[in-house]
Amino acid sequence: MISMNPADVVGAYEEIELQHADGAVRRVYVTDVEMAMPDGRLIVSRTDPAGNITHVNQSFMEMAGYTEEELIGVPHYILRHPDMPAVAFKGLWDTLKENKKWHGYVKNLRKDGGFYWVYATVIPNIRNGQLMGYTSVRRKPSRVKVAEAEALYKTLM
Amino acid sequence: MTYNFTVSPDFNPNHLSGWFIFNTWLQKTLDTGIHLELYDDFDSQRRAIGDNKFDLIYANPYDASVLVRRKGFVPLVSPRDKSDEAIIAVRADSAITSVEELKAGLRISSTDDPDVNMMCMIMLEPADLTVNNTLTKQSDSYVIVAKDLIRGDSDVGFFLEETYNELSNVIRSQLRTLVHSQIQLINHVLLAGPGLAHKRDEIQGLLTDMGGCEKSKGVLDSLGFDAWDIVDQEDTEFMIDLMDTLET
Repeated sequence: MISMNPADVVGAYEEIELQHADGAVRRVYVTDVEMAMPDGRLIVSRTDPAGNITHVNQSFMEMAGYTEEELIGVPHYILRHPDMPAVAFKGLWDTLKENKKWHGYVKNLRKDGGFYWVYATVIPNIRNGQLMGYTSVRRKPSRVKVAEAEALYKTLM
Repeated sequence: MTYNFTVSPDFNPNHLSGWFIFNTWLQKTLDTGIHLELYDDFDSQRRAIGDNKFDLIYANPYDASVLVRRKGFVPLVSPRDKSDEAIIAVRADSAITSVEELKAGLRISSTDDPDVNMMCMIMLEPADLTVNNTLTKQSDSYVIVAKDLIRGDSDVGFFLEETYNELSNVIRSQLRTLVHSQIQLINHVLLAGPGLAHKRDEIQGLLTDMGGCEKSKGVLDSLGFDAWDIVDQEDTEFMIDLMDTLET
């Protein structure tokens, strides 16, 4: 798992320790710099059944600020922003474990400490009845929906 | 035995004769009868597909999902560097410069192309626009979509990028691209049905070798393709998963 490096962070930052569902603890550095998602783009990634990244597209790398080498094999929660409540991700995993599609608004953390909002959809990849992993596609959300999600997530922290 | 072949109705009209040339070449090369049937619209083609009429289909990504997952079709090849992208255009003199400026009540002109309509509606999401707060006029062709825009009968038009780029200069000079998709992972694919799947390797070999001789290269040119690339099952499954995530 890649640790965030304060040297990569751009601007004044806050240091926060994040506890993940698998027990891992990660120190992250968070700024208030937002990167807007460009129109017409989709961020695409795939993971194995355990949630480790197996594929990313160019838009993923550009928005997250990591290289492909830094991303392949690491848990998808490398993007987890501390403003996202744990219960949102519990809902995601509970839905996926039922082999159902999940979607929601997500604030993601960039390598440089900035953030970007997406509307994310995740589906299980079932092949011959077997779970092979997950595909996640993120697209540009409306600011109205982002504001609603932001307000809701604050109540769930 | 004669096999039946059809092509997704969103093919570029400039390449209509190319599909007949390709079909003739394929019959001769495979030494078997193949009947090509083209459709003007998606609904009538889907009814024929529902009746299991076809053994070979050049399918758009939307229909490929159903054909592979529900009807047992297998992927053969896709045209090289031809990902499906969409454009939302406005009239050249429109005051609108970004998607976020669009408002509820937006008048959309589109065709019945399911991929393009899905991609374009996704590109309208940042403005909180959906099928429920917009008005859509569906037309038979992209030229009519363009004319609707030029006449001021619609505010935005949905186009397949390839077709938009091949509109006449006179038409295109009166339009402006508001936003275009950069998905890069969605493309048409040639699929073989269960009755033709036993020839999968043979057809893939023949098609990927088409660039090797002058005559078959000319057939490719008539389709507007540089080459065919083999598509394996997992490539197609991935694209179908991707399409599935977009249908929300």
